[in-house]
Amino acid sequence: MNDLLLKDFVERGALERLQYERLRETLERVYNNVPFYRKSFDEAGVKPSDLKTLKDLSKFPFTNKTDLRDNYPFGLLAVPQKDIVRIHASSGTTGKPTVVCYTRHDLECWAETMCRTFQLGGATENDIFQVGYGYGLFTGGLGAHYGAERLGASVIPMGGGATEKQIMLIRDFGTTVFCGTPSYFIHLIEEAEKLGVDLKETKLRLGFFGAEPWTEAMRDLIESRTNIKAHDIFGLSEIMGPGVSADCIYHEGLHVFEDHYYPEIIDPETGELLPPGEEGEICFTNITKEGMPMIRYRTHDISRLHYERCRCGRTIVRMEKVRRRSDDMLIIHGVNLFPTQVESVLLGIPGTSPHYQLVVSRPKAMDELEIRVEVTPEAFSDQVRGLEVLRAQIASRIKQLIGLSARITLVEPGTIERSIGKAKRVIDLRNQK
Amino acid sequence: MSVKQLSIFLENRPGRLVTVAKVLGDAGVSILALSVADTKDFGILRLIVDDVAKADEALHGQGILCQISDVTAVEIGSAPGSLAFVLELFTKSGVNVEYMYAIAEPCSTHPVMVFRFDQPKAALEALAAAGIHVCTDAEVLSHGQRA
Ligand SMILES: [Zn+2]
Repeated sequence: MNDLLLKDFVERGALERLQYERLRETLERVYNNVPFYRKSFDEAGVKPSDLKTLKDLSKFPFTNKTDLRDNYPFGLLAVPQKDIVRIHASSGTTGKPTVVCYTRHDLECWAETMCRTFQLGGATENDIFQVGYGYGLFTGGLGAHYGAERLGASVIPMGGGATEKQIMLIRDFGTTVFCGTPSYFIHLIEEAEKLGVDLKETKLRLGFFGAEPWTEAMRDLIESRTNIKAHDIFGLSEIMGPGVSADCIYHEGLHVFEDHYYPEIIDPETGELLPPGEEGEICFTNITKEGMPMIRYRTHDISRLHYERCRCGRTIVRMEKVRRRSDDMLIIHGVNLFPTQVESVLLGIPGTSPHYQLVVSRPKAMDELEIRVEVTPEAFSDQVRGLEVLRAQIASRIKQLIGLSARITLVEPGTIERSIGKAKRVIDLRNQK
Repeated sequence: MSVKQLSIFLENRPGRLVTVAKVLGDAGVSILALSVADTKDFGILRLIVDDVAKADEALHGQGILCQISDVTAVEIGSAPGSLAFVLELFTKSGVNVEYMYAIAEPCSTHPVMVFRFDQPKAALEALAAAGIHVCTDAEVLSHGQRA
């Protein structure tokens, strides 16, 4: 048995004492070392010493994604630059990426929580892991990699894509565990079938999937066409990366590694802390991170926390799978997209109108983004070619600035539904089955 | 010399063409010629009508995206080879035909074709030099009504 396993079964009283200690220490550290936090705490009239119990965290101000952007790239560091050993950045946002920095200790904590993630599904040092998340600035690849190494498994740093090769390695190396996005894995299943490879005849037994929303139907699909038990990983780079929470074999919510990431549920409108079991926006506070700790980071993900002991025996809190957000952010192929980003791209192209609609679907395994744009009288050309040029121009600007391939559909003016003056921006068809 | 054409943006959705036809019908506008250029997602409907200003106003009133542009209406003989002869004139003078369509008039001995050229001036010169008649709006209108 791995020494880390016990951490998930700790008695709640002891856990809360540990959380309090770590939280208090973190608040002191950020207040003393990060001008942004000093200013925001001062403005809210709170001091680290005001934290008498864990609940007092609700007196402290929130941190938002915009705060990371405003302090780009290293303004929120709580340690000297020399102590940073790794830098990651988010993909797919207009302008500057969101940067996150890790000390050696942070990487160890991250590897630990990823290792515990894999243990939730029953992975051990005897497993052979194939990491199909992208390596690089994105936290998925390296996060899963170091977690699997921490577990003591054999790790194949495959990265995303090269599906035929992935299938070859699964067969030749006897891969037992696959990590990646669920949509990519379904694509891999389909490719394997085309090549006449039956994944049920391989040694694959476990899958850890995340970085994008996915449904029970997708879990059923994966589990019926392979011998894989599919687990859900939740995470966000601002807090650490993948492995903030994950589900056990009972799939009754995702266990949050709350001795590192302290969760709260708040009312997304008022910011008020909600009692256990209520639905609201989940926020996280880093209580062990050194490099760039986040205090009450707003995820905009809607969830619920369950503190009762799980059927698996773990005592750490479970968060319900996120099914919607309090803002209109979309995650497509693991890329975060706000409709306003599309809007700003369109505003930069003469002849398009601010009336547009995003339709996200998953016709097969992969997410597809369609952007419907109303044509304006200025842009309307008697020539098919003129409109095709406009369409290509929009597609290439979206690709260039947001990093997503989208199908652009030109529609007649006035046809995009306007609800109380405001257009209905997003139609997400992915979660409908 | 040119005639006025109405171009209308249409999404490829059932019923769009009917809507346009109804709007024009309700406004008392007659369609003399039409062509549709379409792609997978959208189309452009091009029309020659008897009252382009009235048609434009009616369509705008319904929020339908349209545009008035200039095209050339050329009287083509009905003898075999007439169209080829005219097209050859354009080729020789380096003029490209962007699109063309016929004005509906089955019994005429002088069918009229609507052309859009990349260089309308050069096209008109070539037609004039060859002695080919180019119609005015009024002629197109009377032509259409004879039918
Ligand atoms: Zn459990």
